This record gives sequence, C-alpha cells and structure tokens, in this order.
Amino acid sequence: MRRHASLDFGPFLFLATLEGLVQAAVLTLTALGLSLVFGVMRVVNVAHGEFFMLGAVLAWWVSSLVAGSPALGFLLALVASPLVVGAIALASERLILRRLNYHPESTIVATIGLLYIIQQTTLILYGPDARSVEAPFYFRVEFPDFGYSGYKLVVIAASALLLLGTWFVMRRTRLGLVMRATQYDSETAQAFGIPVGRVYAQVFALGAMLAAVAAVLVVPIQQAHYLMGLDPLLLSFIVVIIGGLGSLGGTVLAAVLIGLSDGILSVFFSPTLAKIVSTLLVALVLVFRPEGLFGKRAR
Amino acid sequence: MTDGVNQARVSRRTALKGLGIGAAMAAAPGFVRYAQAQSSAPIRLGAPFHRTGIGASYGRWYEQVATACVNLINSEGGINGRPIELIVEDDGTDPQRGTEVIEKFAAEHKVDVVFGHLFSHVVAATAPRAGELKIPYLVCSEGHQTAAGAFNRYTFQPGITDVKAQVISMAPWISQNLGRKVTIIFPDYAFGHDHRDYFSQAIEAQGGEVSALIPIPPTETSFTRYFPQIPSDTEVIYHVMVGPGVLTFVKELGEHLGSRRPELFGFIDSIEAVDLASPQLEFLEGTYFWEGHPRYAQPGQSEFDRFYRATVGVDENGASVDDPRDVSTYAHMFSVWETLFVIKQAMEMADYQGPEQKAAFIEALESIESWPESREHPQGEKIFNAAMHQCFGHQYISRVEGGRLNVVHTTAIEDGLYEQEGPDYREMPL
Amino acid sequence: MTAARVVGLHVLVLALLFAAQFVVSDYDQLTLTRMMVLAVYAVGYNLLFGYAGLLSLGHALFFGAGLYGAGLAAYHFEAGVPLAFVAGLAASLLVSLLIGLIALRTRGVSFMIVTMMFAQAGFLALLYFSRWTGGDQGLPLPAAARSFTVAGLTIDLADAGTRYNVAVALLAVAIGIGLLVVMRPGGRVLVAIRENEERTRMLGYDVFAHKLKAFVISGGLSGAAGAAYGLMFAYIGATFASIQYSIEVLLFTLLGGAGTLLGPVLGTILMFYLIDKASEVTSAYLLVVGFVLVGLILWFPKGILGTVRDRWARWLP
Repeated sequence: MRRHASLDFGPFLFLATLEGLVQAAVLTLTALGLSLVFGVMRVVNVAHGEFFMLGAVLAWWVSSLVAGSPALGFLLALVASPLVVGAIALASERLILRRLNYHPESTIVATIGLLYIIQQTTLILYGPDARSVEAPFYFRVEFPDFGYSGYKLVVIAASALLLLGTWFVMRRTRLGLVMRATQYDSETAQAFGIPVGRVYAQVFALGAMLAAVAAVLVVPIQQAHYLMGLDPLLLSFIVVIIGGLGSLGGTVLAAVLIGLSDGILSVFFSPTLAKIVSTLLVALVLVFRPEGLFGKRAR
Repeated sequence: MTDGVNQARVSRRTALKGLGIGAAMAAAPGFVRYAQAQSSAPIRLGAPFHRTGIGASYGRWYEQVATACVNLINSEGGINGRPIELIVEDDGTDPQRGTEVIEKFAAEHKVDVVFGHLFSHVVAATAPRAGELKIPYLVCSEGHQTAAGAFNRYTFQPGITDVKAQVISMAPWISQNLGRKVTIIFPDYAFGHDHRDYFSQAIEAQGGEVSALIPIPPTETSFTRYFPQIPSDTEVIYHVMVGPGVLTFVKELGEHLGSRRPELFGFIDSIEAVDLASPQLEFLEGTYFWEGHPRYAQPGQSEFDRFYRATVGVDENGASVDDPRDVSTYAHMFSVWETLFVIKQAMEMADYQGPEQKAAFIEALESIESWPESREHPQGEKIFNAAMHQCFGHQYISRVEGGRLNVVHTTAIEDGLYEQEGPDYREMPL
Repeated sequence: MTAARVVGLHVLVLALLFAAQFVVSDYDQLTLTRMMVLAVYAVGYNLLFGYAGLLSLGHALFFGAGLYGAGLAAYHFEAGVPLAFVAGLAASLLVSLLIGLIALRTRGVSFMIVTMMFAQAGFLALLYFSRWTGGDQGLPLPAAARSFTVAGLTIDLADAGTRYNVAVALLAVAIGIGLLVVMRPGGRVLVAIRENEERTRMLGYDVFAHKLKAFVISGGLSGAAGAAYGLMFAYIGATFASIQYSIEVLLFTLLGGAGTLLGPVLGTILMFYLIDKASEVTSAYLLVVGFVLVGLILWFPKGILGTVRDRWARWLP
C-alpha cells in the first residue's frame, strides 16, 4: 500500500467500498444484458459495449434537446435512449445474426464488425469530444473524512430496483417463461409452438437495452464519449464468465464481487493492476472451471 | 535497363501515344500555368493534428487556428510570393500513428515542413523519425524533451515555453502565496512526468516539499479512487490533467474536497476547452490556474490579442464566436499561430524556394534570437535559445473570480531560464 | 507436378513483390514494406486459424511479444539488430508456448475469449510497467539499432530500399515455413483436426501436441513480424499489442481467404490499402473494418482465394 495516505484505514476502505458498489451497480445491469443474450441465444455479443456507449451518447442528445430542468431531460433520456438502442439492436439481429443462423464463431466475428460500425458512425455523427450530461439532481454527502456524490448513491439504488424489475420479468411474466424455456431447450420450445426466432430478437434487444439503461445512469458521472464502450464490454465478459455463462444469479453475484474487488484494488493499489488481475482471472476460470465460479456443471 | 534497349522496344505506335499524352498534358490549363510560373507552386506544410483520441479537443482548435492563420498569410501574399498549402492528417493522438503520419508526409505529400504536434508522447515518438527523414519538424507542445537535447537538428519548439521553464518561473509565487507542502496530481506519461520532476525540483528549491505524487493514466474516466492518496497536511494541490475525462476530474475533485479544501493550483489543461460555468465547478472559485495565454480578455488587452481573437473566431471569453459554450483551448493554441509566423519568417530570411533549401531554412531559424510582442506573436515577447531549439516567454497565473479567470501575476521571461542540459543542436549534422 | 506448380506460384508472387520496388512511388514502397511485414503476421495467424481451425482473438500478444522483445533488447541493452531480432523471436515463442499450454485446453468460443483476455492482460501489463516499456508513449529505438553488418555488408534499416528488400526476404522465409508446415503430413493432420477433432484423435494422433505445435509456430511468426516491424520502423508502442491489432490480422486473413497460404498476403495488401485510403477521407476510417468484416462473414466467408480455390484452382495450398 502507498505511504502518505491521507485517510485512515477505516474511511479509506469505506470510500473504496462505495466506489466498488457504484461500479458493481452499473456493471450488473450491463453484464446482465450480455448474460441474457448468451444464455438464451448461445452467442457472444462483442458489440455489447457499443450499445452501452450508444445509450450514453443518446442520453446526451436527448437531454440537450430539452431546455429547462436537467431532471426532465434526464428522465426523458432514461426512457428514450434504451428504446432507440433496442431498435438498433433489433435491426442488427434481423440483418446480421439471423442470417448467420446464430453460428457461435461467425457471430463473434460479425459483432466485432458491428462494434466498429457503431463506434465509427458515432464518431462521424457525434464527434470525438467527451460531453457531459447534467445529473437530474446534485447533492454532496459529507462524510467525516471526505465528501461523496449523492447521485452516485442514487445510482446504486436505481440499479437495484431495475435488477428487481428484470428478475420479475424473467420469473413472473409470460415473456420470461418463454425466454427461460428457449434457454433451456430451444428445439423443444419450438416444438411447443414458441416462436424461437421472435424470442431471439426480443432477447437481443432487451440485452442491449439493459446496457443502455446502465449507460444513462452512469453518464452524469462519466461523460459520453465514442470510445467508452470497450471497458464495460471487457468487464461484462469478466463478470459473465466468472458468474457462469448464462446464469443470471451467478452474473449478479460476480458483478458485485468484481465491482467491489476492482474498486478496492483500484483505491489501494492501481486501477491498471486491478484490471490485469481480473482479466487473468477470467482466462484461468474459462480454462480450469468453464462453468464459472458460481455456475453448475453443464448438463 | 539502358535507354538504348528502351528505345528499341518502343514501337512507333506507343511512341505516338506517348507524345499525344504529353501534348494533352501541356495543353491542360493547370499544367501550363505551373510550367510557366514554377515559383508560384505552393509551399506545402504538413499538419498532423489530434483530430481524434485523447487530444481531440486541442486538435480541433489547433486546426481552426492553423486554417485561419494560413488564410491570413495567403491573403497577404503568402511566403516568398508562394501560397501555403496546408495538408492535415489525423494522428489519433497515438504515438504509433504519429510515426506513420510523418513518413506519409515525407514520402507521399513531400511537404516542406511538418508542424503542430501537441501531445508530448506523440512528439517523443515522432521527433526521431523526423530527424532520420531530415524533415523540419516544429512542434507546438510544451514537453521539455526538445529543450533537454533529446532530439535532433530538425526538431524545434519555437511557439510555446516548455514545462520546465513554466514551472520554475511560477514556483516562487506558489510557495510565497499558497503554501509549501504540495501534492502533485499529474497524467502518467511524458508531459505529466515533466511536471512531476521539474515542479518537485522547483518547489524544493523554494524550501517547500512534495507531500505526495499521484499519477493518473491519461485515458482514465473515473478519478475519485485516486483522491484518498492526498495527504491531510497538504497545503496546495497542484493538478494537471488531460484527456476526455478532464471535466469529470475537476468535478470529482470538488466532490471529494468540499469546502475544507487546501489551496488549489491547476494547470489550465485540467479545464481546457471546458466552460467554467459548468455545473459543479463552483468550488473552483478562488483557486488559481496557470495560463499560457489568458482565456478571458484582460483589462488593457493588446491590439494584437484582439486581432488574433477576431481572426481565429474566438470571443472575449475564449469561446467560439458561433457558440459561447464551445470553449477553445486558448492557453495553448496561440503556439500554432506563432509557429506559422516563425516558419514564414525563417523562409523569408532564407529566400526559401523548395526542399533543397531546407538546410538554409534551419540555419535561418537558428539565427533568430527573439520576437517582440506583435501581431505575429500575440501571446507576448519571447526569446529563442537556438542551441536548445526552444523559446521562452511570459507565463500567467490567474484566479477564478466570479466565474472568469483574472490574471493576478505575470512572470518575467528571466524567471524561467535555466542552464542548457543537452548538446548544442547547431553542432549536429544537417 | 502439383508441388512444382505450388512452389512456382509462390516464387512468382515473391518475384513480383521484389520487382515492384523499381516501379512504385516512394510512398507505395513504404506502404508495401509495412504490408509485407504485416503479411508475415497474417501468414502466421492463418496457420492456426486457417489450417488448425483455431480462431484466436489475441494474436497481438505475440506480435507485441516480438516487438517488445526486440525493442527492449535494443533500447535497454543496446543489442544489435540480429541479436534484438532473436530476442524478439525467443520472447514470442516463449509466450506462445505458455499461453498455448493453457488456452488450448479450451475450444470454440471459449478459446476466442481466453486468447482475447490474455492479450488484454498483456496490453495492460505493457502500460503498467511503463518504467520499462515506455507505457502509453512507447519507445523510439536508438540510431545504433538501425544498422548492422553481415559478412562485411552493412545493412541500414533507415534506408527505404534496404528495408523493402529485408521485408521481401522475411516474407519469403515466412511463406517457405508456411509451405513446409502445410505440405507435409503434419499440415494434413491440422486440417483433419479442423474438420473433425474427435475422429483425428481416434485415428491415434496426438491432437493436443499438433495444436500446440501450430500455436507456437503461429506465435513465432507473429513475433518475428513484430520484431521486424519494431526494428525497421524504429518505434515500439503499446498500440501494437491492443485488441485492434488482433482483429486486423483476423480481417486480413478472412479477406484473403483463411486456409490458403497466399490469402493472408493478398488480404493484408488489400485491407491495408483500403484503410490507408479511407484515412485520407475521414477520421472514422475504421468504419471500413466494420463493413468488410460483416460483409465477409455474411456473403463471402471463404475470402478471395478460398473462393478461387473452390471454383478454379483446387491445387492451391
């Protein structure tokens, strides 16, 4: 640990935990989208980070259209941005993934292409600058040793709510039932009259929308930039793999674990080192425990 | 292959065809004009600007200033009666592409001079290639490496003072007015390392001490996690940050510190191209910034600064005349303007007509000793140390008051001078 | 008969590349030099992807290992060009052996992600150990690391013509190695593994050993390209080890035709040219990378030479 730390160990750890929780909150939503797509469709969407980026950029665009209260613009962005991103994802699914018949390796290559198309088109239309979106409200929480953004605390709460909502959709609605049936065995689902093709399209759009929602929540803290998609993509990979591919519960658990450990390692050591550790961890998990740390052995 | 063999193989038919093409080319209007008045062929200046990447906001303004300045020079007759042609390439603020772009300028565009690089890591990678390709390379960066003698005969920094001189000249003021125990927050690459090394030295020379060094990668987007390293007995936080995340950086600094903050002294880089009126920046009121060139027009503004602002399209608050929220990189971009006029001056001294005279161009540039404050040098007077290929000018310390920056101290040029560290560039072969 | 035709074709291609230097412009000579070194990288990549069927998303790690192995030896230890090159080659062989031993325990999508993650960890490590590697900034190589003497002949890599011919020679060696691997029985085992791994195993072949061998040869060729690139253009930087460089080599190979020996060479030349031209028009030049990738995978999965082989020239290796 570094010398000269201004904060005593207790407050230091507290700040690290807060940072980790914010990270975990955003990450859970983003990774959940990736995990859902993998779980149901059995494909890895490398363009997932770009849907996150699009969510943030669209949030800037929507909120810049609304004059007056920043809260109004933000709320509008929270609704509009995921819808637009979902529509773009739906179109990509119809135009590209379906034509490939969801072949796993071809899909990875195609979504890499999609990554560049989305990212570079954003560069053309939005430009290379990072732009900020005003938080819907701003207050500073004064702890004894340091101050912290109240909005960040709200992000944690909002993510938890959205997570509950997703859980509800998956467990308590017909749409969720259909998705789970398709995930469990797509051929049998088809035989029982479930329109698997349509379910795939819906899942792909829903996955992208989860990333977009996470991005709208984070953009008042982080600024929208056309290259911001790579980090959430890699972190989502890490979370989804460690949590067990396709396991939603594992994904949430892993996101909290990775978010916290990344936040704490970053504060105590270095963010780059934290990333190296989690990246290597993922590679090793995939090799030696492919079902993930929290997943069950394959059927 | 000899000419004889060649001629033997050329049939009458192809020879006629060749003649026909030649005649057609000679008849084309552009060809004739060029053939008759070769001296009006343009002088080609290669400009590798940071259109994308972490330096994009600087790159956009560097390009705007360069375009305005080239238009001005061309409207006044160009250089030695020849117009300037500006060839811009995007280097993505990436050192690797910096090295590729300069080779493209040399081999494809065959430019006379390359100028305009800002980010010091790109300069550090590109300058050795410029020396190898023997192409004059005038950077608009603040890195100390040129002055330190790390480069070559072809690399110059004639438009802006280097970091070492900047911080030496300001350290006395900081230690006398703000405090002596300093925490330095800097971007973790060449430019930031110059700040770390030379400001540490300079503040220790004033009897101060560095209580912590906090490096941050220039691509970072979240900063709160770094701030616990600020020691509680710090009297001054010296911050300099670059990249797309600068606004987040200052916001999070404010969140972390609140009202019980130590003194803050920042390089304007931390809020360059950022509107001071942005939400959550109110805590900056009463803090201090270095400015290379004051963003807000000051009382007693020179006529030269007024002319420069009008020509490049910037209002008295340092923002674009088209959009008051589009704040320029005012503290740095004057270097592009001044460098272009340095190129013009040296080319006129050498009666430069083409690349075969680049040695004369370099020797002319090396014979210059100073520039007065003028239309060509609106930031202020400068002296030029030809052995170090580096200019030295005034620095400005400004205080945030009522949401604008007011200059409270101007350093003397002599405050920033230091001993030559490296070899005399003039003794290197051309 | 076929063997003679195959060797003849490759010699012809190399002769054309050699002759090109007498007719092309300065800039095209420079680009062709870069293309040929990157083509070595693509030839190496293709041995693994095209023949053994293992799609790696992390080959920039091996390119980077060669680049930094050579560059750091030259920068910190003042190694001459030949020694630095050997250091780069050794570094990439070692790294690919280690990664191969671990990553080859997976296949399919897992293999893609594992290689990508290892490469990303390597890229971050280059940034983290900036005291040695120069971090974001990279390191320009000293003038001393630009020329060397072999048998009384001084070879100056700063000279454009010399550099071009070194690149031709390197590509010739890479293609030679490729031919040796592909035309010999071992190469057929690789193809067998690609087509049906289980059956190959049942026939008694040590599948893991063959895959590992292909992995290390592929990594070594990538590293040789990296080492050469660093020494020829006198700069090493972390960008070369970033994800983009892993993806571009995949793109080169797919475009030219995976599983054809000359495909990656053709793909590199075409794609590099396309990217360079696009960069003159827009800063968003990577858009072409996206469109070409999607277009290839949707409508043209066999690439140019793969299609040619299917339709007209079944003897193409």
